[in-house]
Amino acid sequence: MPASETTALGSAGKAPKAPSERRAEAPARDALPPPAIAVSDLRVAFGKGAERFEAVRGVSFSVASGQSYGLVGESGSGKSTVLRAIAGLIDDWSGRIEVKGRPVEKKRRARSFYRTLQMVFQDPYGSLHPRHTVDRMLSEPLAFHRFDHIEKRIERVLEDVGLGPAFRFRYPHQLSGGQRQRIAIARALVLEPSILLLDEPTSALDVSVQAEILNLLKDLQAERRLTYLLVTHNLAVVAHMCSEIAVMNAGEIVEVMSVEQLRRMAPTHPYTRQLLDASTGYDAEKVARFERFA
Amino acid sequence: MSTLLSVEDLWVRFRGPNRVVEAVRGVSFTLGRERLGIVGESGSGKSMTGRAILRLIRPPGEMSARRLELDGTDLLALTERQMRAIRGHRISMIMQDPKFSLNPVVRVGEQIAEAYRAHARVDRREARVRALEMLHAVQIRDPERVYDAYPHEVSGGMGQRIMIAMMLVPEPDLLIADEPTSALDVTVQMQVLAIMDKLVREKGMGLIFISHDLNLVASFCDRVLIMYAGRIVETCEAKRLHEARHPYTRGLLASLPQIDKPVPRLAVLERDAAWRKQGGIDASV
Repeated sequence: MPASETTALGSAGKAPKAPSERRAEAPARDALPPPAIAVSDLRVAFGKGAERFEAVRGVSFSVASGQSYGLVGESGSGKSTVLRAIAGLIDDWSGRIEVKGRPVEKKRRARSFYRTLQMVFQDPYGSLHPRHTVDRMLSEPLAFHRFDHIEKRIERVLEDVGLGPAFRFRYPHQLSGGQRQRIAIARALVLEPSILLLDEPTSALDVSVQAEILNLLKDLQAERRLTYLLVTHNLAVVAHMCSEIAVMNAGEIVEVMSVEQLRRMAPTHPYTRQLLDASTGYDAEKVARFERFA
Repeated sequence: MSTLLSVEDLWVRFRGPNRVVEAVRGVSFTLGRERLGIVGESGSGKSMTGRAILRLIRPPGEMSARRLELDGTDLLALTERQMRAIRGHRISMIMQDPKFSLNPVVRVGEQIAEAYRAHARVDRREARVRALEMLHAVQIRDPERVYDAYPHEVSGGMGQRIMIAMMLVPEPDLLIADEPTSALDVTVQMQVLAIMDKLVREKGMGLIFISHDLNLVASFCDRVLIMYAGRIVETCEAKRLHEARHPYTRGLLASLPQIDKPVPRLAVLERDAAWRKQGGIDASV
């Protein structure tokens, strides 16, 4: 069963209980799993004074546990900034971010936070240390978080991402782009997090390699019941991976769509319409009608 | 259709101490005043084919061809000095990464004006006007401000549009565009394609559009060459790319996720060692 179907049964889908029943078990609301990620009124600004630029302007959304949620938009829309604020890579933001029901701090997050949530970056060439072996890249986070059976965990995670033990003592330059992205995924998964933030994980890869990585991400999600928050500019990738999609433009979410709505090519916002038109190939007449949205 | 460029049996080799890497292995095609797409994955030789046409392969790389002709001019017979007069003026090339192609210490507008003045006899003022027009044409909002900016002051997407303006301003006969729009947002990408489209239709420019994006090439180009391991394995009308027959092309198409056709798993391309051994196709018209 695809993961997206299980998420349809998440908190929002449960039938409301009868009032009497609710009173009988007072903390019943707490028994429902909280969303994996809940963001409300997130604002991020860069620079000061006249240079001040608001990259994210009041963004709210929530991702159910086990769901794949997509954030799409063009460069400068603020989608990656949202991801970086959640990951703790930006500490100057306002609003509220909750991970598994707990509000996160702006600065200096607890170690345990990073055992729950990890991130995979766009560029597999830039995100791996060029002079560290795969073994070192995988064992360092394990040692830092005081995991036991480090050897076994490394062997298993390499197996899980489809590489096997032969890759353990290689350097990044001895790997292809797809293999590097598998290592980046292994590094995120080795701490056994339940949430992965994926920032354009396949946009630097050839299409045949992209297919392999997307298949891997889907398999891992089914095996480990992972929650994904995927940032991409590629509408076909987000339609393949996600059950719910938020479209961002100029720091705001302009529309939230179900994947079915996206597949029917039936957005409601004109910006999403234009994005869809631009994503489905070149058409001189459509291009002539493009507008600027900001 | 009149032939603008003929390429016959083009090879590009890189000689290392122990082995020779053959990046392009006997490619033949012709180009008219049309939009010709070259698609393939990294390492297929598509970019090297583009560079070889401009004779831009540097040692230890070397190129050879039986024929390389632009509108009756034998490019292989030209001296390096004569070749420089061809580059930019008659054949322009847009490279992938604007960061390495713009001069970091010259204002971007001046670089465009200089490109124009190198090939057209006009004064500074006229070149400036033309450069501003071109910046406007590539959808830059505030051309006057951007004209005076240095490359580090503009974003990657804007840098790419500046490069495109610079390459188009001399109105070349042939434009080689190597992944010209893959760093751009989809909407800007389409607007840039519209500019190239217009030059092909109105000025009779020939365009070689090198890309890994099969859907984009299918919708934008007239004809497509599919390259694998340094050879052309298939050629077809762009709008019929989805009916392609070669297993490599079919595999690439199947591995693409599609918005309106959901699949639980994407097809993974199984490469056949025999594809590498098969001879290439002559894509001359």
